[in-house]
Amino acid sequence: MQIPINWYLLLSAVLFTIGVLGVLFRRNAIIIFMSIELMLNAVNLLLVAFSSYLSDSKGQVFVFFIMAVAAAEVAVGLAILMSVYRNSKSTDINSLNKLKG
Amino acid sequence: MTTYLFYFLSFLAIMFALMVVLSKNPIHSVLYLVLTFFAIAGHYVLLNAQFLAAVHIIVYAGAIMVLFLFVIMLLNLNKETEPHKSIWLKGMAAVASGSLLIVLVGSLKNAGQMQAAAPYNGSIGLIENLGKTLFHEFLLPFEVASILLLGAMVGAVMLGKKSIK
Repeated sequence: MQIPINWYLLLSAVLFTIGVLGVLFRRNAIIIFMSIELMLNAVNLLLVAFSSYLSDSKGQVFVFFIMAVAAAEVAVGLAILMSVYRNSKSTDINSLNKLKG
Repeated sequence: MTTYLFYFLSFLAIMFALMVVLSKNPIHSVLYLVLTFFAIAGHYVLLNAQFLAAVHIIVYAGAIMVLFLFVIMLLNLNKETEPHKSIWLKGMAAVASGSLLIVLVGSLKNAGQMQAAAPYNGSIGLIENLGKTLFHEFLLPFEVASILLLGAMVGAVMLGKKSIK
């Protein structure tokens, strides 16, 4: 408890912003997925910090569920990406700008 | 001592996260993300959330990142096939995320005064207390999460099949 909570708030905000930067900066769909995972991790860190400061274990249990949902999302997202790659032969998200196949 | 450890782990986490976003080769990005996850697990240990640190390393660095590496190697992505945005779009992306950071930091400027509702209990991160909370108050979400994982598994297998008849 020697570290004030707003240091953790700042660290989580910076990591979240780096994730947002990754989503806007890159055109490769896999790097965008990884930036989304980085955003989820920033939120996980903040939840665990608050749970430790308020001595409440509900925050850490919520982090469990966020991890489970993130794992499921990565599995399905990468499967969708593989299908898209099979059809259009590239992972560039600019090639997906038409709704017709 | 704790302060220096916090500074070191934060510096590592932020530097590796920036390298994830800015590196040209996708495989380098995946490896930097694994290192970021290890730095965040170090933060969990600093916050006395020991079980969550172990689960974080096993699930994220052990399973999810291996999945990413498999997909990158299957699609055979390397530095030459990487698409790039124009310099104007990259500049606007940096401005947009920078203003998001300014908004977040500005709104949390006076958020230092927080009173804990109960005296500090250092053992909430241990697996016994986590298990009690998980199986007493969060039993329904726990069971529903298993159905979610089953649905994700079925969906991923269906999407991965080669031929659509």
